[in-house]
Amino acid sequence: MKKKNKEALPRGFMIGPAMAWLALFLLLPLGYIVVISFLQKNAYGGVILHFSLASYRSLLHAAYLKVFAESFLLAFETTVLCLLVGYPMAYIIAKSPEHLRAVMVLFMMLPFWINSMIRIYGWSTLLRNQGVINWILIHLGVISQPLGMLYTDGTVLLGMVYDLLPFAVLPMYTSIEKLDPFLLEAASDLGAGKMHTFLKVTLPLTSPGLFAATIQTFIPALGLFYISDMMGGAKKMYIGNLIKNQFLSARNWPLGAALSILLIAVTLFLVGLYSRVGKMEDIV
Amino acid sequence: MKKRFRSQPGPLAVFYAILVYIFLYLPVAVVIVFSFNTSERNIVFQGFTLSWYKTMFSNSELMWAFRNTLIVAAVSTAVSTVLGTLCAVGMQRFEFKLKKAFNSALYIPIVIPELVFGVAFLAFFSLVHVDMSMATLIISHVTFSMPFVEVTVRSRLSGMDPSIREAAMDLGAGEVHTFFRVILPTISPAVISGAMLALTLSLDDVVVSYFTAGPNSETLPLMIMGMVKKGISPDVNALSTLMILGTFFILFFSTRIQRKLENS
Repeated sequence: MKKKNKEALPRGFMIGPAMAWLALFLLLPLGYIVVISFLQKNAYGGVILHFSLASYRSLLHAAYLKVFAESFLLAFETTVLCLLVGYPMAYIIAKSPEHLRAVMVLFMMLPFWINSMIRIYGWSTLLRNQGVINWILIHLGVISQPLGMLYTDGTVLLGMVYDLLPFAVLPMYTSIEKLDPFLLEAASDLGAGKMHTFLKVTLPLTSPGLFAATIQTFIPALGLFYISDMMGGAKKMYIGNLIKNQFLSARNWPLGAALSILLIAVTLFLVGLYSRVGKMEDIV
Repeated sequence: MKKRFRSQPGPLAVFYAILVYIFLYLPVAVVIVFSFNTSERNIVFQGFTLSWYKTMFSNSELMWAFRNTLIVAAVSTAVSTVLGTLCAVGMQRFEFKLKKAFNSALYIPIVIPELVFGVAFLAFFSLVHVDMSMATLIISHVTFSMPFVEVTVRSRLSGMDPSIREAAMDLGAGEVHTFFRVILPTISPAVISGAMLALTLSLDDVVVSYFTAGPNSETLPLMIMGMVKKGISPDVNALSTLMILGTFFILFFSTRIQRKLENS
Protein backbone atom coordinates (compact mmCIF):
# COMPACT_ATOMS: atom_id res chain seq x y z
CA MET A 1 0.00 0.00 0.00
CA LYS A 2 2.82 2.30 0.94
CA LYS A 3 4.60 1.58 -2.31
CA LYS A 4 1.51 2.43 -4.29
CA ASN A 5 1.16 5.83 -2.68
CA LYS A 6 4.76 6.56 -3.29
CA GLU A 7 4.34 5.74 -6.96
CA ALA A 8 1.19 7.73 -7.53
CA LEU A 9 2.97 11.07 -7.69
CA PRO A 10 5.75 10.25 -10.19
CA ARG A 11 3.30 8.19 -12.23
CA GLY A 12 0.81 11.02 -12.43
CA PHE A 13 3.56 13.43 -13.29
CA MET A 14 5.03 11.30 -16.06
CA ILE A 15 1.95 9.92 -17.78
CA GLY A 16 -0.61 12.49 -16.71
CA PRO A 17 0.34 15.33 -19.08
CA ALA A 18 0.47 13.10 -22.17
CA MET A 19 -2.76 11.41 -21.19
CA ALA A 20 -4.55 14.69 -20.59
CA TRP A 21 -3.21 16.06 -23.88
CA LEU A 22 -4.43 13.10 -25.92
CA ALA A 23 -7.80 13.04 -24.15
CA LEU A 24 -8.35 16.71 -24.85
CA PHE A 25 -6.86 17.10 -28.31
CA LEU A 26 -7.23 13.65 -29.79
CA LEU A 27 -10.17 11.78 -28.30
CA LEU A 28 -12.47 14.78 -27.93
CA PRO A 29 -12.04 16.00 -31.54
CA LEU A 30 -12.38 12.46 -32.91
CA GLY A 31 -15.38 11.85 -30.67
CA TYR A 32 -16.92 15.05 -31.94
CA ILE A 33 -16.47 13.84 -35.52
CA VAL A 34 -18.36 10.67 -34.61
CA VAL A 35 -21.15 12.80 -33.12
CA ILE A 36 -21.31 15.12 -36.13
CA SER A 37 -21.63 12.18 -38.49
CA PHE A 38 -25.00 11.37 -36.86
CA LEU A 39 -26.32 14.93 -37.00
CA GLN A 40 -27.96 17.02 -39.71
CA LYS A 41 -26.42 19.95 -41.48
CA ASN A 42 -28.01 23.36 -41.33
CA ALA A 43 -28.08 25.86 -44.13
CA TYR A 44 -25.10 27.83 -42.85
CA GLY A 45 -22.55 25.05 -42.82
CA GLY A 46 -23.06 24.15 -39.19
CA VAL A 47 -24.90 21.23 -37.69
CA ILE A 48 -28.30 20.85 -36.03
CA LEU A 49 -28.62 18.69 -32.95
CA HIS A 50 -30.92 16.20 -34.52
CA PHE A 51 -30.07 12.52 -34.77
CA SER A 52 -29.95 11.35 -38.34
CA LEU A 53 -28.44 8.59 -40.40
CA ALA A 54 -28.80 10.70 -43.54
CA SER A 55 -25.08 11.22 -44.06
CA TYR A 56 -24.35 7.50 -43.81
CA ARG A 57 -27.22 6.75 -46.16
CA SER A 58 -25.93 9.25 -48.68
CA LEU A 59 -22.60 7.41 -48.74
CA LEU A 60 -24.41 4.85 -50.87
CA HIS A 61 -25.17 7.33 -53.65
CA ALA A 62 -23.74 6.23 -56.96
CA ALA A 63 -21.58 9.35 -57.25
CA TYR A 64 -19.91 8.67 -53.91
CA LEU A 65 -19.53 4.99 -54.62
CA LYS A 66 -17.64 5.99 -57.73
CA VAL A 67 -15.37 8.21 -55.62
CA PHE A 68 -14.68 5.31 -53.23
CA ALA A 69 -13.97 2.96 -56.10
CA GLU A 70 -11.53 5.40 -57.67
CA SER A 71 -9.86 6.18 -54.34
CA PHE A 72 -9.41 2.55 -53.43
CA LEU A 73 -8.15 1.79 -56.91
CA LEU A 74 -5.59 4.60 -56.68
CA ALA A 75 -4.51 3.52 -53.19
CA PHE A 76 -4.31 -0.07 -54.39
CA GLU A 77 -2.22 0.84 -57.45
CA THR A 78 0.04 3.00 -55.29
CA THR A 79 0.54 0.18 -52.80
CA VAL A 80 1.22 -2.45 -55.48
CA LEU A 81 3.76 -0.20 -57.21
CA CYS A 82 5.44 0.71 -53.92
CA LEU A 83 5.75 -2.98 -53.02
CA LEU A 84 6.95 -3.99 -56.48
CA VAL A 85 9.55 -1.24 -56.69
CA GLY A 86 10.35 -1.28 -52.97
CA TYR A 87 10.79 -4.99 -52.29
CA PRO A 88 13.81 -5.47 -54.59
CA MET A 89 15.24 -2.24 -53.21
CA ALA A 90 14.76 -3.42 -49.62
CA TYR A 91 16.31 -6.75 -50.59
CA ILE A 92 19.33 -5.08 -52.18
CA ILE A 93 19.90 -2.90 -49.12
CA ALA A 94 19.59 -5.88 -46.79
CA LYS A 95 22.10 -7.87 -48.84
CA SER A 96 24.62 -5.03 -49.13
CA PRO A 97 27.80 -5.00 -47.05
CA GLU A 98 27.11 -3.83 -43.54
CA HIS A 99 28.88 -0.48 -43.74
CA LEU A 100 26.90 0.46 -46.85
CA ARG A 101 23.55 -0.55 -45.39
CA ALA A 102 23.29 2.35 -42.94
CA VAL A 103 24.18 4.84 -45.66
CA MET A 104 21.67 3.34 -48.09
CA VAL A 105 18.90 3.49 -45.48
CA LEU A 106 19.86 7.06 -44.66
CA PHE A 107 19.62 8.08 -48.32
CA MET A 108 16.27 6.33 -48.53
CA MET A 109 15.06 8.44 -45.61
CA LEU A 110 16.62 11.76 -46.60
CA PRO A 111 13.92 12.85 -49.05
CA PHE A 112 11.47 12.38 -46.21
CA TRP A 113 13.40 15.06 -44.34
CA ILE A 114 12.99 17.44 -47.25
CA ASN A 115 9.66 19.16 -47.43
CA SER A 116 7.25 17.12 -49.54
CA MET A 117 5.75 20.27 -51.07
CA ILE A 118 9.17 21.23 -52.38
CA ARG A 119 9.63 17.79 -53.88
CA ILE A 120 6.19 17.78 -55.51
CA TYR A 121 7.02 21.21 -56.87
CA GLY A 122 10.22 19.71 -58.30
CA TRP A 123 8.13 17.13 -60.14
CA SER A 124 5.84 19.75 -61.58
CA THR A 125 8.90 21.68 -62.80
CA LEU A 126 10.02 18.53 -64.57
CA LEU A 127 6.71 17.41 -66.02
CA ARG A 128 4.90 20.60 -67.04
CA ASN A 129 4.27 21.31 -70.72
CA GLN A 130 6.92 24.02 -70.51
CA GLY A 131 8.88 21.83 -68.13
CA VAL A 132 12.35 20.38 -68.24
CA ILE A 133 11.54 16.95 -69.68
CA ASN A 134 9.41 18.30 -72.53
CA TRP A 135 12.03 20.94 -73.30
CA ILE A 136 14.76 18.32 -73.55
CA LEU A 137 12.67 15.98 -75.69
CA ILE A 138 11.65 18.76 -78.07
CA HIS A 139 15.22 20.00 -78.44
CA LEU A 140 16.42 16.48 -79.09
CA GLY A 141 13.79 16.23 -81.80
CA VAL A 142 12.09 13.25 -80.16
CA ILE A 143 8.75 15.04 -80.02
CA SER A 144 7.42 18.16 -81.69
CA GLN A 145 4.59 18.90 -79.29
CA PRO A 146 4.90 18.77 -75.51
CA LEU A 147 3.49 15.60 -74.01
CA GLY A 148 0.66 16.52 -71.66
CA MET A 149 2.20 14.67 -68.75
CA LEU A 150 1.23 16.76 -65.77
CA TYR A 151 -2.37 16.81 -64.52
CA THR A 152 -3.14 13.27 -65.60
CA ASP A 153 -4.01 10.14 -63.62
CA GLY A 154 -0.50 8.89 -64.32
CA THR A 155 1.18 11.83 -62.60
CA VAL A 156 -1.07 11.48 -59.56
CA LEU A 157 0.05 7.87 -59.28
CA LEU A 158 3.66 8.92 -59.78
CA GLY A 159 3.39 11.53 -57.02
CA MET A 160 1.79 9.03 -54.65
CA VAL A 161 4.41 6.35 -55.26
CA TYR A 162 7.14 8.96 -54.97
CA ASP A 163 5.84 10.26 -51.66
CA LEU A 164 5.24 6.86 -50.08
CA LEU A 165 8.04 4.65 -51.45
CA PRO A 166 10.46 5.18 -48.52
CA PHE A 167 7.73 4.18 -46.06
CA ALA A 168 7.27 0.94 -47.97
CA VAL A 169 10.97 0.13 -48.27
CA LEU A 170 11.87 0.55 -44.58
CA PRO A 171 9.58 -2.03 -42.96
CA MET A 172 10.35 -4.51 -45.74
CA TYR A 173 14.07 -3.91 -45.24
CA THR A 174 13.76 -4.54 -41.49
CA SER A 175 11.95 -7.78 -42.22
CA ILE A 176 14.40 -9.01 -44.87
CA GLU A 177 17.40 -8.12 -42.74
CA LYS A 178 16.09 -10.29 -39.92
CA LEU A 179 15.80 -13.23 -42.29
CA ASP A 180 18.11 -16.03 -41.25
CA PRO A 181 20.39 -16.88 -44.21
CA PHE A 182 20.72 -20.45 -42.91
CA LEU A 183 17.06 -21.03 -43.66
CA LEU A 184 17.69 -20.14 -47.29
CA GLU A 185 20.70 -22.40 -47.31
CA ALA A 186 18.66 -25.21 -45.82
CA ALA A 187 16.01 -24.74 -48.50
CA SER A 188 18.59 -24.88 -51.22
CA ASP A 189 20.38 -27.86 -49.66
CA LEU A 190 17.09 -29.66 -49.69
CA GLY A 191 16.95 -29.11 -53.41
CA ALA A 192 14.71 -26.05 -53.75
CA GLY A 193 15.49 -23.83 -56.72
CA LYS A 194 15.98 -20.08 -56.38
CA MET A 195 12.41 -19.27 -57.40
CA HIS A 196 11.00 -21.96 -55.16
CA THR A 197 13.07 -20.81 -52.18
CA PHE A 198 11.91 -17.25 -52.71
CA LEU A 199 8.22 -18.15 -52.95
CA LYS A 200 8.18 -20.74 -50.18
CA VAL A 201 10.70 -19.35 -47.68
CA THR A 202 11.72 -15.74 -48.25
CA LEU A 203 8.33 -14.32 -49.13
CA PRO A 204 6.34 -15.94 -46.28
CA LEU A 205 9.01 -15.07 -43.71
CA THR A 206 9.11 -11.44 -44.79
CA SER A 207 5.34 -11.11 -45.02
CA PRO A 208 5.06 -9.03 -41.80
CA GLY A 209 7.29 -6.46 -43.48
CA LEU A 210 5.21 -6.59 -46.63
CA PHE A 211 2.07 -6.13 -44.58
CA ALA A 212 3.53 -3.22 -42.63
CA ALA A 213 4.56 -1.65 -45.93
CA THR A 214 1.04 -2.13 -47.26
CA ILE A 215 -0.40 -0.31 -44.25
CA GLN A 216 2.21 2.42 -44.53
CA THR A 217 1.22 3.10 -48.14
CA PHE A 218 -2.44 2.17 -48.51
CA ILE A 219 -3.78 4.20 -45.58
CA PRO A 220 -1.90 7.44 -46.30
CA ALA A 221 -2.73 7.07 -49.99
CA LEU A 222 -6.42 7.28 -49.10
CA GLY A 223 -5.98 10.57 -47.30
CA LEU A 224 -3.36 12.47 -49.32
CA PHE A 225 -5.51 15.11 -50.96
CA TYR A 226 -2.78 17.51 -51.96
CA ILE A 227 -1.06 15.28 -54.50
CA SER A 228 -4.19 14.84 -56.57
CA ASP A 229 -4.88 18.56 -56.15
CA MET A 230 -1.43 19.58 -57.33
CA MET A 231 -0.46 16.91 -59.81
CA GLY A 232 -3.87 15.82 -61.06
CA GLY A 233 -5.32 19.23 -61.60
CA ALA A 234 -8.17 18.08 -59.32
CA LYS A 235 -10.04 16.66 -62.29
CA LYS A 236 -10.92 13.47 -60.50
CA MET A 237 -12.46 13.41 -57.08
CA TYR A 238 -10.89 11.15 -54.48
CA ILE A 239 -12.11 10.49 -50.97
CA GLY A 240 -9.48 12.82 -49.49
CA ASN A 241 -10.57 15.74 -51.67
CA LEU A 242 -14.20 14.90 -51.00
CA ILE A 243 -13.73 15.06 -47.21
CA LYS A 244 -11.75 18.28 -47.48
CA ASN A 245 -14.45 19.85 -49.63
CA GLN A 246 -17.28 18.84 -47.31
CA PHE A 247 -15.60 20.69 -44.46
CA LEU A 248 -14.30 23.71 -46.34
CA SER A 249 -16.37 24.48 -49.41
CA ALA A 250 -19.50 22.31 -49.64
CA ARG A 251 -19.99 22.81 -45.91
CA ASN A 252 -21.73 19.54 -45.29
CA TRP A 253 -19.98 18.57 -42.07
CA PRO A 254 -22.09 15.47 -41.29
CA LEU A 255 -21.25 13.99 -44.68
CA GLY A 256 -17.55 14.86 -44.27
CA ALA A 257 -17.63 13.32 -40.80
CA ALA A 258 -19.30 10.12 -42.04
CA LEU A 259 -16.64 9.86 -44.77
CA SER A 260 -13.93 10.31 -42.12
CA ILE A 261 -15.48 7.52 -40.04
CA LEU A 262 -15.38 5.35 -43.15
CA LEU A 263 -11.64 6.07 -43.50
CA ILE A 264 -11.09 5.26 -39.82
CA ALA A 265 -13.02 2.01 -40.22
CA VAL A 266 -10.91 0.95 -43.20
CA THR A 267 -7.76 1.84 -41.24
CA LEU A 268 -8.78 -0.08 -38.14
CA PHE A 269 -9.73 -3.09 -40.24
CA LEU A 270 -6.31 -3.16 -41.92
CA VAL A 271 -4.42 -2.53 -38.69
CA GLY A 272 -6.47 -5.25 -36.98
CA LEU A 273 -5.51 -7.69 -39.71
CA TYR A 274 -1.89 -6.62 -39.42
CA SER A 275 -1.74 -7.02 -35.64
CA ARG A 276 -2.26 -10.76 -36.19
CA VAL A 277 0.95 -11.11 -38.17
CA GLY A 278 3.27 -8.37 -36.95
CA LYS A 279 4.13 -6.06 -34.08
CA MET A 280 2.68 -2.55 -33.92
CA GLU A 281 6.09 -1.10 -33.09
CA ASP A 282 7.34 -2.11 -36.53
CA ILE A 283 4.86 0.17 -38.25
CA VAL A 284 6.43 3.32 -36.87
CA MET B 1 27.08 -22.57 -51.06
CA LYS B 2 27.07 -20.14 -48.20
CA LYS B 3 28.42 -17.46 -50.46
CA ARG B 4 25.35 -17.42 -52.60
CA PHE B 5 23.19 -15.97 -49.86
CA ARG B 6 25.70 -13.66 -48.31
CA SER B 7 27.01 -12.49 -51.63
CA GLN B 8 27.03 -8.82 -52.51
CA PRO B 9 24.49 -7.41 -54.95
CA GLY B 10 25.46 -7.89 -58.58
CA PRO B 11 25.73 -5.15 -61.21
CA LEU B 12 22.04 -5.41 -62.05
CA ALA B 13 21.14 -4.79 -58.40
CA VAL B 14 23.48 -1.82 -58.21
CA PHE B 15 21.93 -0.40 -61.37
CA TYR B 16 18.46 -0.87 -59.92
CA ALA B 17 19.40 0.82 -56.65
CA ILE B 18 20.88 3.78 -58.55
CA LEU B 19 17.68 4.14 -60.59
CA VAL B 20 15.58 4.21 -57.41
CA TYR B 21 17.82 6.86 -55.88
CA ILE B 22 17.65 8.95 -59.05
CA PHE B 23 13.87 8.72 -58.88
CA LEU B 24 13.97 9.93 -55.26
CA TYR B 25 16.43 12.77 -55.79
CA LEU B 26 15.57 14.05 -59.27
CA PRO B 27 12.89 16.54 -58.14
CA VAL B 28 15.10 17.71 -55.28
CA ALA B 29 17.98 18.30 -57.68
CA VAL B 30 15.73 20.29 -60.01
CA VAL B 31 14.65 22.59 -57.20
CA ILE B 32 18.27 23.21 -56.21
CA VAL B 33 19.51 23.77 -59.78
CA PHE B 34 16.82 26.31 -60.58
CA SER B 35 17.60 28.32 -57.46
CA PHE B 36 20.75 29.44 -59.32
CA ASN B 37 18.95 30.27 -62.56
CA THR B 38 18.93 33.82 -63.93
CA SER B 39 15.56 33.29 -65.62
CA GLU B 40 12.53 33.88 -63.48
CA ARG B 41 10.69 30.94 -64.98
CA ASN B 42 11.80 27.48 -64.00
CA ILE B 43 11.96 26.10 -67.52
CA VAL B 44 15.36 26.50 -69.05
CA PHE B 45 18.59 27.13 -67.25
CA GLN B 46 19.80 30.42 -68.67
CA GLY B 47 22.71 31.34 -66.51
CA PHE B 48 24.14 31.14 -63.03
CA THR B 49 23.24 33.66 -60.38
CA LEU B 50 23.12 33.92 -56.62
CA SER B 51 20.76 36.88 -56.65
CA TRP B 52 17.71 34.89 -55.52
CA TYR B 53 19.51 34.19 -52.27
CA LYS B 54 19.50 37.92 -51.67
CA THR B 55 16.06 38.83 -53.00
CA MET B 56 14.34 36.18 -50.90
CA PHE B 57 14.95 38.28 -47.81
CA SER B 58 12.86 41.10 -49.21
CA ASN B 59 9.98 38.76 -50.03
CA SER B 60 8.03 39.53 -46.88
CA GLU B 61 5.33 36.91 -47.44
CA LEU B 62 7.96 34.21 -47.84
CA MET B 63 9.91 35.33 -44.78
CA TRP B 64 6.74 35.46 -42.69
CA ALA B 65 5.83 31.89 -43.68
CA PHE B 66 9.37 30.77 -42.96
CA ARG B 67 9.27 32.40 -39.53
CA ASN B 68 5.93 30.72 -38.74
CA THR B 69 7.26 27.35 -39.87
CA LEU B 70 10.29 27.62 -37.61
CA ILE B 71 8.34 28.79 -34.56
CA VAL B 72 5.73 26.04 -34.90
CA ALA B 73 8.39 23.40 -35.48
CA ALA B 74 10.54 24.52 -32.54
CA VAL B 75 7.71 24.82 -30.03
CA SER B 76 5.87 21.67 -31.06
CA THR B 77 9.09 19.65 -31.09
CA ALA B 78 10.01 20.84 -27.60
CA VAL B 79 6.57 20.16 -26.14
CA SER B 80 6.08 16.79 -27.82
CA THR B 81 9.58 15.64 -26.87
CA VAL B 82 9.06 16.46 -23.18
CA LEU B 83 5.55 14.98 -23.05
CA GLY B 84 6.47 11.92 -25.11
CA THR B 85 9.66 11.15 -23.17
CA LEU B 86 8.04 11.48 -19.75
CA CYS B 87 5.15 9.35 -20.92
CA ALA B 88 7.44 6.66 -22.32
CA VAL B 89 9.39 6.41 -19.07
CA GLY B 90 6.14 6.18 -17.11
CA MET B 91 4.56 3.66 -19.45
CA GLN B 92 7.62 1.45 -19.26
CA ARG B 93 7.71 1.50 -15.50
CA PHE B 94 4.18 1.60 -14.14
CA GLU B 95 1.21 -0.67 -14.39
CA PHE B 96 -2.21 0.94 -14.13
CA LYS B 97 -5.82 0.32 -14.97
CA LEU B 98 -6.23 2.05 -18.29
CA LYS B 99 -2.75 1.27 -19.57
CA LYS B 100 -3.87 -0.89 -22.47
CA ALA B 101 -6.50 1.59 -23.62
CA PHE B 102 -4.06 4.47 -23.33
CA ASN B 103 -1.50 2.51 -25.29
CA SER B 104 -3.97 2.09 -28.14
CA ALA B 105 -4.80 5.79 -27.99
CA LEU B 106 -1.10 6.52 -28.52
CA TYR B 107 -1.16 4.58 -31.77
CA ILE B 108 -4.18 6.41 -33.18
CA PRO B 109 -2.25 9.39 -34.57
CA ILE B 110 0.34 7.04 -36.02
CA VAL B 111 -2.05 4.93 -38.07
CA ILE B 112 -5.09 7.03 -38.86
CA PRO B 113 -4.89 9.27 -41.96
CA GLU B 114 -3.81 12.79 -41.10
CA LEU B 115 -6.73 14.21 -43.00
CA VAL B 116 -9.12 12.84 -40.38
CA PHE B 117 -7.23 14.74 -37.66
CA GLY B 118 -7.24 17.87 -39.72
CA VAL B 119 -11.03 17.92 -40.04
CA ALA B 120 -11.48 16.74 -36.43
CA PHE B 121 -9.42 19.71 -35.22
CA LEU B 122 -11.33 22.06 -37.49
CA ALA B 123 -14.66 20.87 -36.10
CA PHE B 124 -13.43 20.77 -32.51
CA PHE B 125 -11.92 24.25 -32.46
CA SER B 126 -15.01 25.70 -34.04
CA LEU B 127 -17.14 23.91 -31.41
CA VAL B 128 -15.19 25.52 -28.57
CA HIS B 129 -15.05 28.86 -30.45
CA VAL B 130 -11.30 29.03 -30.79
CA ASP B 131 -10.05 30.84 -33.89
CA MET B 132 -7.26 29.23 -35.85
CA SER B 133 -3.87 30.73 -35.01
CA MET B 134 -0.30 29.77 -34.25
CA ALA B 135 -1.58 28.21 -31.03
CA THR B 136 -4.00 25.84 -32.75
CA LEU B 137 -1.32 24.99 -35.28
CA ILE B 138 1.13 24.11 -32.50
CA ILE B 139 -1.47 22.10 -30.58
CA SER B 140 -2.26 20.01 -33.65
CA HIS B 141 1.44 19.42 -34.39
CA VAL B 142 2.16 18.30 -30.82
CA THR B 143 -0.76 15.88 -31.01
CA PHE B 144 0.47 14.03 -34.07
CA SER B 145 4.18 14.06 -33.21
CA MET B 146 4.13 13.23 -29.48
CA PRO B 147 3.14 9.56 -30.01
CA PHE B 148 6.09 9.13 -32.40
CA VAL B 149 8.45 10.39 -29.69
CA GLU B 150 6.82 8.13 -27.12
CA VAL B 151 7.15 5.00 -29.26
CA THR B 152 10.75 5.79 -30.22
CA VAL B 153 11.83 6.37 -26.63
CA ARG B 154 9.91 3.40 -25.27
CA SER B 155 11.53 0.99 -27.71
CA ARG B 156 14.88 2.10 -26.34
CA LEU B 157 13.70 1.79 -22.75
CA SER B 158 12.55 -1.78 -23.28
CA GLY B 159 16.20 -2.69 -23.78
CA MET B 160 17.24 -1.00 -20.51
CA ASP B 161 17.93 -3.01 -17.39
CA PRO B 162 15.32 -1.98 -14.75
CA SER B 163 17.73 -2.85 -11.95
CA ILE B 164 19.85 0.20 -12.82
CA ARG B 165 17.02 2.48 -11.80
CA GLU B 166 16.26 0.40 -8.72
CA ALA B 167 19.92 0.49 -7.70
CA ALA B 168 19.98 4.28 -7.95
CA MET B 169 16.82 4.54 -5.87
CA ASP B 170 18.18 2.10 -3.28
CA LEU B 171 21.31 4.21 -3.00
CA GLY B 172 19.10 7.07 -1.96
CA ALA B 173 18.65 9.00 -5.18
CA GLY B 174 15.19 10.59 -5.35
CA GLU B 175 12.79 10.26 -8.27
CA VAL B 176 13.89 13.49 -9.92
CA HIS B 177 17.56 12.80 -9.40
CA THR B 178 17.24 9.27 -10.78
CA PHE B 179 15.36 10.53 -13.81
CA PHE B 180 17.92 13.15 -14.76
CA ARG B 181 21.09 11.31 -13.74
CA VAL B 182 20.30 7.71 -14.59
CA ILE B 183 17.37 7.28 -16.95
CA LEU B 184 17.75 10.32 -19.20
CA PRO B 185 21.44 9.72 -20.06
CA THR B 186 20.65 6.14 -21.07
CA ILE B 187 17.75 7.04 -23.32
CA SER B 188 19.13 10.31 -24.69
CA PRO B 189 19.97 8.91 -28.16
CA ALA B 190 16.36 7.78 -28.51
CA VAL B 191 15.11 11.14 -27.22
CA ILE B 192 17.15 12.85 -29.93
CA SER B 193 15.78 10.50 -32.61
CA GLY B 194 12.28 11.17 -31.33
CA ALA B 195 12.83 14.92 -31.35
CA MET B 196 14.21 14.76 -34.90
CA LEU B 197 11.16 12.81 -35.99
CA ALA B 198 8.87 15.37 -34.35
CA LEU B 199 10.80 18.19 -36.01
CA THR B 200 10.47 16.77 -39.52
CA LEU B 201 6.86 15.83 -39.06
CA SER B 202 6.16 19.42 -38.11
CA LEU B 203 8.31 21.06 -40.80
CA ASP B 204 6.79 18.85 -43.47
CA ASP B 205 3.18 18.83 -42.45
CA VAL B 206 0.66 20.00 -45.00
CA VAL B 207 -2.50 18.03 -44.37
CA VAL B 208 -3.22 18.89 -40.74
CA SER B 209 -1.83 22.43 -40.99
CA TYR B 210 -4.15 23.06 -43.92
CA PHE B 211 -7.03 22.91 -41.45
CA THR B 212 -5.48 24.30 -38.27
CA ALA B 213 -3.49 27.29 -39.55
CA GLY B 214 -5.03 30.72 -39.15
CA PRO B 215 -4.92 33.49 -41.75
CA ASN B 216 -1.76 34.91 -40.17
CA SER B 217 -0.03 31.64 -39.42
CA GLU B 218 0.50 30.21 -42.88
CA THR B 219 3.53 27.92 -42.99
CA LEU B 220 6.01 27.46 -45.81
CA PRO B 221 4.55 24.16 -47.10
CA LEU B 222 1.09 25.73 -47.20
CA MET B 223 2.43 28.75 -49.03
CA ILE B 224 4.26 26.61 -51.59
CA MET B 225 1.14 24.51 -52.05
CA GLY B 226 -0.81 27.64 -52.96
CA MET B 227 1.86 28.75 -55.42
CA VAL B 228 2.71 25.55 -57.29
CA LYS B 229 0.13 25.83 -60.02
CA LYS B 230 0.71 29.50 -60.69
CA GLY B 231 4.43 28.97 -60.80
CA ILE B 232 6.89 29.68 -58.08
CA SER B 233 9.48 32.41 -58.15
CA PRO B 234 13.07 31.20 -57.75
CA ASP B 235 13.51 32.85 -54.36
CA VAL B 236 11.32 30.02 -53.03
CA ASN B 237 13.79 27.60 -54.64
CA ALA B 238 16.61 29.46 -52.92
CA LEU B 239 14.99 29.27 -49.50
CA SER B 240 14.13 25.60 -50.09
CA THR B 241 17.74 24.88 -51.01
CA LEU B 242 18.90 26.52 -47.79
CA MET B 243 16.34 24.49 -45.86
CA ILE B 244 17.59 21.28 -47.47
CA LEU B 245 21.13 22.25 -46.47
CA GLY B 246 19.93 23.09 -42.96
CA THR B 247 18.23 19.72 -42.69
CA PHE B 248 21.44 17.96 -43.72
CA PHE B 249 23.37 19.85 -41.08
CA ILE B 250 20.87 19.09 -38.33
CA LEU B 251 20.77 15.45 -39.36
CA PHE B 252 24.55 15.23 -39.55
CA PHE B 253 25.13 16.79 -36.14
CA SER B 254 22.33 14.94 -34.43
CA THR B 255 23.70 11.58 -35.60
CA ARG B 256 27.16 12.59 -34.40
CA ILE B 257 25.81 13.62 -31.00
CA GLN B 258 23.84 10.39 -30.85
CA ARG B 259 26.92 8.35 -31.63
CA LYS B 260 28.87 10.17 -28.92
CA LEU B 261 26.12 9.52 -26.40
CA GLU B 262 26.00 5.86 -27.40
CA ASN B 263 29.71 5.47 -26.84
CA SER B 264 29.96 7.26 -23.52
